[in-house]
Amino acid sequence: MDAVPLNAYLILSAFLFIMGAVGVVIKRNPIVMFMCIELMLNAVNLSFLSFARYQTDLLTQVSGHVFVLFVFGVAAAEVAVGLGIITVMFRLRESIDVDEVTLLRG
Amino acid sequence: MGERILFFILAIVAILSAGGVVFSRNPVRSALLLVLNFFTLALIYFTLSAQFIGALQVIVYAGAIMVLFLFVIMLLNLGSPDAIPQERDLKRPLAYLIGFGILATLVAQSLALLYPGAPQASHEVGTARVIGLALFTQWAYPLLLMGVLLTVGVIGSILLARRRAS
Repeated sequence: MDAVPLNAYLILSAFLFIMGAVGVVIKRNPIVMFMCIELMLNAVNLSFLSFARYQTDLLTQVSGHVFVLFVFGVAAAEVAVGLGIITVMFRLRESIDVDEVTLLRG
Repeated sequence: MGERILFFILAIVAILSAGGVVFSRNPVRSALLLVLNFFTLALIYFTLSAQFIGALQVIVYAGAIMVLFLFVIMLLNLGSPDAIPQERDLKRPLAYLIGFGILATLVAQSLALLYPGAPQASHEVGTARVIGLALFTQWAYPLLLMGVLLTVGVIGSILLARRRAS
């Protein structure tokens, strides 16, 4: 049996997720922060699909794929709204540095 | 053996391109490296016998979402690396420390995972027919909710982007 073990997929998924998480914290450009969020979503998709491959039940396998489809939908909606917010931010104050955006501070 | 070598090469490319996305100073370069990352992930999905999801990954992510990203970068003129200066502060080392801690925990847990060894899925699972059948019977209500979410998202972004008449 020369198949790739499940652990390898999970470790790759962990690497990608942590890179995305660190990127969200250290970046100040909101667009790059969004890209890092996409990285994290893709890492979770990878672990969904690899777990689905190692299930014995057909129904459970297909459920993993369906979850990935829902993550796609949520990511698309999130990107549309987030980039709209960035555009409005830029129109209000010519700069989109996330450390200078304090409009929602109470 | 061939499958392992293929996975190893794809994993290296995916990790390097993800690191490029995070550590590149130029947003356009980050976006293009993210496209490379999406393509390698799509290839990994193909090796996981998820053909339909792999094709959707290329169409939705590398096609639609990345075009949106690049469009906003060009529209707001954020392409230059000095558009937003990265200053060094306490956040960076703290982020590396916490990230490394979580990564060590996750890798240890993944290595300790005792799971039945052989992959079970046949190539039938990843086809559009099987996924569509499950999506429109078992997952019909979540699918409808997803449609509502996407509609609300589109309406919300139109309302946000509309110029106020004043």
